[in-house]
Amino acid sequence: MKAQGKAIKYGDNVDTDVIIPARYLNTSDPNELAKHCMEDIDTEFVSKVQKGDIMVGGKNFGCGSSREHAPIAIKASGISCVIAETFARIFYRNSINIGLPIIECPEAAMDISDGDTVSIDFDTGKIVNVTKNKEYVGVPFPEFMQEIIAADGLIGYIKKQQGNKEA
Amino acid sequence: MGMTMTQKILADHAGLDKVVAGQLIKAKLDMVLGNDITTPVAVNEFKKIGVDKVFDVNKIAIVPDHFTPNKDIKSAEQVKYIREFAKEKGIVNFFEVGQMGVEHALLPEKGLVVPGDVVIGADSHTCTYGALGAFSTGIGSTDMAAGMATGEAWFKVPEAIKFVLKGKPGKWVGGKDVILHIIGMIGVDGALYRSMEFTGDGVSHLSMDDRFAMANMAIEAGGKNGIFEVDEKTIEYVKEHSTKPYKVYKADDDAEYVATYEIDLSQVKPTVAFPHLPSNTRTIDNVGDVKIDQVVIGSCTNGRIEDLRVASEVLKGRKVHEDVRCIIIPATQKIWKQAMSEGLFDIFIDAGAAVSTPTCGPCLGGHMGILAKGERAVATTNRNFVGRMGHPESEIYLAGPAIAAASAVLGKIGSPEEI
Ligand code: SF4
Repeated sequence: MKAQGKAIKYGDNVDTDVIIPARYLNTSDPNELAKHCMEDIDTEFVSKVQKGDIMVGGKNFGCGSSREHAPIAIKASGISCVIAETFARIFYRNSINIGLPIIECPEAAMDISDGDTVSIDFDTGKIVNVTKNKEYVGVPFPEFMQEIIAADGLIGYIKKQQGNKEA
Repeated sequence: MGMTMTQKILADHAGLDKVVAGQLIKAKLDMVLGNDITTPVAVNEFKKIGVDKVFDVNKIAIVPDHFTPNKDIKSAEQVKYIREFAKEKGIVNFFEVGQMGVEHALLPEKGLVVPGDVVIGADSHTCTYGALGAFSTGIGSTDMAAGMATGEAWFKVPEAIKFVLKGKPGKWVGGKDVILHIIGMIGVDGALYRSMEFTGDGVSHLSMDDRFAMANMAIEAGGKNGIFEVDEKTIEYVKEHSTKPYKVYKADDDAEYVATYEIDLSQVKPTVAFPHLPSNTRTIDNVGDVKIDQVVIGSCTNGRIEDLRVASEVLKGRKVHEDVRCIIIPATQKIWKQAMSEGLFDIFIDAGAAVSTPTCGPCLGGHMGILAKGERAVATTNRNFVGRMGHPESEIYLAGPAIAAASAVLGKIGSPEEI
């Protein structure tokens, strides 16, 4: 699986309250959530994001609440992957569970500029900055997470296991 | 090499003699929690799994607390959806308005979590139950769905940081000040992926309510969980609230920690976290002149009876400043009733504060005290991120109940010593 798009860059500690403010959590409809994604730190995000774009953050991306609405809103807004120096652990887990690809790569997160064209190969963890003509290598997923991703998220994985049990 | 408290609990629940940091395990769950925001998503996911029953009708707790009593039609629909699910599946611990409270104050009070338990909750402050010597951590809705179906969850065994607490905290210093002090010291990602283990003689000087406030904010340092060593106070609390069997785990003497901090509680000063990060702390003598518009005393961090008692001690015979709205929210029905019977409400109302039914309400900018553009609040809650309590250009200052109540009187951030 591959992704390519323009980078939209933010700083450290991007929290779930700015990814999707709680005032919009009276719904869980992905498209409704996407309409308000990032609006408290970037009022232009929703109008500028293009399908396939790549979000880049600094340290501790996704810190704060356990709301799965955060990765859901990012995914529904069209973002194909999030690259960050580090992710907050619940956000990391939730992203895998709902099928939003994310990659930890401090080098790429620091070096990529807003607007750079970036391509990512999820199988190898290789990140190419097309604009700057540079390559970085991200942290690959641990094996069990690869299994979850292969099963199209945690629910698919559990279903498979339930199936195995019955068989 | 030995194991930490957390590692021992996880090993036992995974049916293993030993685990090491970084190991991936599957552990049995003693409790799976969700609220009115996260459970609707979990129910959708649960339905996709295709199982009829939940793994154990007694080991799931659903607490509609964020937007309840329902603030609008959409919130009412969300709660209706999960209420029907709880009924259909026979989930015993569904807490309706009238019995509910802020989830992390409610579960220990109802005796649903005891030492040695493994608890996951689709709410990041699920780490609160570490105060009881349980392993508890926040997860998302999909994990909650999987937990409800299978009674198990995947974990990566965490490394740990040890906090050795010494000495006795001074007057007006509570668990909130200690944890803000720690987060200020190690940063909002200082414990990322790790457990924070609290031990040392100083623990005995912290009440259970202090410990709940501290474990509650482990997530604010990025921690996977925060956990206290069990002592007589813990056992006393558990015996008073629960009939569930419990198990006490102690860290091995040769357990490995990635870092150890010694904290002298007698040196900790009342501490305030300035916008917009819980790590942006200043001691009360360094806050300067910050005028405020609102004070909120409540939440899963500081809405417990001791917090209300501290606030009443400060507000007794005084008036809330004319430019301040002071909103007090007891975290559960039981706390509410206790505060009422102790006469605390008379003190609050006479001072000009408003008292609300239990709800998360303003803590997450839901309802019951939203901030306008440019407004500032002192809150005993746990997060001061941009827009958390209302307008993106409003500001939240996090503090304990003593500072919050004193600030309500002063109209600016200050300590009870100044009034
Ligand atoms: S009181 Fe605040 S932090 Fe606690 S559960 Fe409710 S919204 Fe979350």
